[in-house]
Amino acid sequence: MTVKLGVPSKGRLMDKTFDWFGARGLTLSKAGSDREYSGRAEGIDGLELVLLSAGEIPRELAAGRIHYGVTGSDLVREKLPAWDRQVREMMPLGFGGADLIIAVPQFWVDVDTLDDLDAAAAQFRRRHGFRLRIATKYHRLVREFLQANGVADYQLVDSQGATEGTVKNETAEAIADITSTGETLRANGLKTLSDGLIHASQATLFKSRKAEWTTEERATMSALEALLRL
Amino acid sequence: MPADPAVLAEAKALRQQFEALGGQVVKADILLPSETLLDLYGEDIRARAYVTQDPIRGEMMLRPDFTLPVVQMHMETFAEPARYTYSGKVFRKQEDAAGRPSEYIQVGYEVFDGKAPAKADAEVYAAIAKALDGLPVRASTGDIGILMAAVRGLSTLQIRKDALLRHIWRPRRFRALLDRYGGRSSVPLTRAALLASADPWANAGPDIGLRDRADIEARLAFLREDASAPPLSSEEIGLIDAILSIRESAPIALSHLRDIAVDLPAIGPAVARMSERLDALAAKGVDVDDLDFEGSYGRTSLEYYDGFVFGFTSTLRPDLPAVATGGRYDALTRVLGQGRSVPAVGAVIRPDIVHLLREGAQ
Repeated sequence: MTVKLGVPSKGRLMDKTFDWFGARGLTLSKAGSDREYSGRAEGIDGLELVLLSAGEIPRELAAGRIHYGVTGSDLVREKLPAWDRQVREMMPLGFGGADLIIAVPQFWVDVDTLDDLDAAAAQFRRRHGFRLRIATKYHRLVREFLQANGVADYQLVDSQGATEGTVKNETAEAIADITSTGETLRANGLKTLSDGLIHASQATLFKSRKAEWTTEERATMSALEALLRL
Repeated sequence: MPADPAVLAEAKALRQQFEALGGQVVKADILLPSETLLDLYGEDIRARAYVTQDPIRGEMMLRPDFTLPVVQMHMETFAEPARYTYSGKVFRKQEDAAGRPSEYIQVGYEVFDGKAPAKADAEVYAAIAKALDGLPVRASTGDIGILMAAVRGLSTLQIRKDALLRHIWRPRRFRALLDRYGGRSSVPLTRAALLASADPWANAGPDIGLRDRADIEARLAFLREDASAPPLSSEEIGLIDAILSIRESAPIALSHLRDIAVDLPAIGPAVARMSERLDALAAKGVDVDDLDFEGSYGRTSLEYYDGFVFGFTSTLRPDLPAVATGGRYDALTRVLGQGRSVPAVGAVIRPDIVHLLREGAQ
């Protein structure tokens, strides 16, 4: 049997992951044509490369169908309940950085902190008759963050894309989304809360706590972890 | 998962006890409208309840408890006094405690009686205590009504009191607000700058979204009022802390609270209600000298309890969830009754835990 390493199957995240492992002596590559989703790992015996959508890697790790996986630390926290009981964070890879933040209209001159957001939500609910809407696709992370910080009287509305536009379209009053430079936010008349950083995400190597290991696979694990100096 | 016949038998016996007390049996739907539950409990309920989609009725939730259907049923008649009992499954996600069942039976007893609230409190408590008689359990009690009365009685701005009352059930935010109003934590720099600026709208972006200029002006006015008001006195914060830190037997707690009421007369009526309740409990045969009272009990529950609160936990198995919990929820009925509130007190027992404790005791 082989040790399975799950890696994002396309784009910059895949290229940078390949580069990162390559620099440490493990050559990852796509097999065959560019459109084919099977890969090769050379440098360690018994290691198999599995190309997957970055969004599916958390689930595959939690199910123990792959032993290691590279994906965004935000995706693991969002998709897995009690994530640290299901996977172990082995190493941040230093790329794919993006911050999950809360943003409100720049027009809200009275709101800069979570405390302000909470007060604005209470006031909004009294005046408008419904809870202040926050558009996001990161439901778990945002809810846990707001709960931990004692923000009330809000509701999450699902937004799978173009989230920055929801305020202008009046389908939400605020948003929680991933940003790297903040330019899209500013272009849409939004600003981040000064204490509204929910999670600073980056590409990270995870190890499954649920995968089974045979003796051979354990040898492969040792070789890989020695190579990566883990 | 089909319930163990022994647990079903426990549930049936419990419900029969409550029926014998006059409880009218309530049957409730399993699928409840999400909107009403979200409105009552807020977004946190989504983390606890199963959400599903109906093509016509929209987003629905699998019943996380019976409170909503029971109150709604009561509000069809508003007959008082009224007593209800029920037995059925509730559904809760257990993300943080994966070993715990996500569907289990609750047997409940609810009393709607505005004429004699202290007696109703005692009746529900005594009914639960009797149902658990002989099991290795210990009760904790508290009274959110006293804390709320204390906040209402603070000599400070109404907007500060409203903010504190909103966060009674969120202890961390409550503490942060107390610290700020008391001048123990500093005003955030950006807020100080905003209040000092000649034109707060100088850097405002485009006017987008439903929260409009009037909303923001109203809040700016609040912030200015707040900034110019004197800080909450450390004596008054000390009184709130004194209430929150009480952990005594009920009669000693009562005597502490009477002392506190000398400096904070606003809690007088709530303390008198507690005293009346203890008398009513004693009249029901409860040994009140051995009853624990905690000033902060019941603050971290999701529920809307705003008066007497209590819970029974196993003395031998602290790993188990509470075997019974209950309390007064007048405020919840006010929200559901669109202004018309009904004094209500109730409690639920988990027959699965009763069964475990009974087996363990043998």
